[in-house]
Amino acid sequence: MALRSVRHYPGFLAVTVLCLVVLYAPLVVVTAYSFNDSPSITTWGGLSLRWYVDVFTGPEAPRFRAAAWNSLSIAFLAATIATGIATAAALAMLRAGKFKGRSLTFALINLPLMVPEIVIAVATLIFFTMIGFTTGYLTILIAHITFCIPFAYLPIAARLQGIDGSYEAAARDLYATRAQSFFLVLLPLMAPGVVSGYLLAFIISLDDFIITNFVKGAGMETLPTAIFGSVKQGIKPNIMAISTLMLAVSILFVTLSYFINRKGR
Amino acid sequence: MAGVGSDSGASAETTYRSARVPLLLPTWLMIGVFLVLPVALMAVYSFLTKEMRGGVIWDFSLAAYDQFFVHRGLFGDEPPTLEWTYISVFGRSIIQAAIATVLCLLIGFPTAWFIATRPPETRGVWLFLVTVPYWVNLLIRTVSLRFLIRENGPLNDALMGAGVISEPLALINTDFAVQLGLFYSYLPFMVLPIYAAVERYNFTWSEAAADLYATRWVTLREIVLPIVRPGIVAGCLLVFIPSLGAFLAPNLLGGAKNFMIGSLIEEQFKKSLGNWPFGAAVSMILMSLVLILLMIYARSAARQEAR
Repeated sequence: MALRSVRHYPGFLAVTVLCLVVLYAPLVVVTAYSFNDSPSITTWGGLSLRWYVDVFTGPEAPRFRAAAWNSLSIAFLAATIATGIATAAALAMLRAGKFKGRSLTFALINLPLMVPEIVIAVATLIFFTMIGFTTGYLTILIAHITFCIPFAYLPIAARLQGIDGSYEAAARDLYATRAQSFFLVLLPLMAPGVVSGYLLAFIISLDDFIITNFVKGAGMETLPTAIFGSVKQGIKPNIMAISTLMLAVSILFVTLSYFINRKGR
Repeated sequence: MAGVGSDSGASAETTYRSARVPLLLPTWLMIGVFLVLPVALMAVYSFLTKEMRGGVIWDFSLAAYDQFFVHRGLFGDEPPTLEWTYISVFGRSIIQAAIATVLCLLIGFPTAWFIATRPPETRGVWLFLVTVPYWVNLLIRTVSLRFLIRENGPLNDALMGAGVISEPLALINTDFAVQLGLFYSYLPFMVLPIYAAVERYNFTWSEAAADLYATRWVTLREIVLPIVRPGIVAGCLLVFIPSLGAFLAPNLLGGAKNFMIGSLIEEQFKKSLGNWPFGAAVSMILMSLVLILLMIYARSAARQEAR
């Protein structure tokens, strides 16, 4: 009884509920209005899927399709490459003993988290302009890989840290080569961390607006920059349909990640 | 842990010693070439002369910092005084970010506490509910909030329908809308570190305090808060820093009056109107502020550990 009461503070449940209401209300409202049949966003005209049809076949469909393709392919490539780089880095940081420059490397990995996003955006734009790189798909991809590295690294390193060295030692005692013991023993054990890191990097890449906006160059759009461009002229119902679709993708990803982590434990 | 014997356990920790350089090379190259080098170049750019159509001329100049700090009158012939235009943009951004941080703390602490004191089976579900919004695109969340609180939006409709208010609330394009937007953007960053700290908190301390007739709130203030302080400080930093340089919330929720650092920087890089050295200088000042904050944090964390 005493144990329960020291944990209990009156009103904390109410604040938690308030917190969740604030977090979810805008998303719920936009989802609801994306099914609105009316061309005006202020009046309710009954349920309909017309704005979803509009997203795929309407006058803006080609623009959104191109933007979606850019966003998804960049997120896929950036997450894949960043996860590879981060996995290698985690092995070196946690399975290669102590070495000079280890804490410097750790700071380097976390640097994209410490420098404000808008500063990264400015610096990257200046860099690409100076070396005469045409801004476009490739510059976005390079920038995304760079800032995705720490997001991929953190779950992977956390997982690797919890894996006892005896598994690899056992594999080596049984004459496994280092490559064999990595691919057959360590990597499967690391898998939940690697998948979490991959999913996080993918979402972070898909999410990015500010850096992409700086380094995308003219005529190149990802979903966030295309949506931002549309919203500046007012929120239209088709934007709400796209938003709801992206919301669904995010929720799918976070659910996947949640279950993978639970299974990993 | 030494599983098979301390000898083999120790050697597994050094399995990749010989491959260390090739394993780390991609990280060094990517972050070194595409982040450290660009930031260094940005520092150089802030000391160059601006080119009228965007870009720079390679002549050393303090003009960008001079423009930021020094006022010389409209024609540049008055005695130099401190220029307030840009300092006040920084001041306003700091205040906005600070209010958002306090809002996040006021809501985030009870939420984190509540979640951490649930039984283990339901804890994961609550945590899941708080983290889902973090995974949702920030732009979409900000646009959704703008849609919800705009003048003839669903929030005002609902409140007027319920008879709570007779005139629509003018929420959009106000300071409060920006604070709400920042709060909404970064709240999970406050909840998660505090949750981690409360989860580690040993509740027998609270029981001891209760046995000595301390009330709940006295216990919270005198015992709990000092112990979970590292989590609170981490949460505050994780909210304050991105809020300071935020672009979307002030841009989509605040009006022209609620200009923050992010918009000031962005404006300098718009095609022909911009001033690249000035934009670089403002970025340098913002980054220095953030790094100073992080250094103070790292020092106090190290001191706490030493104790």
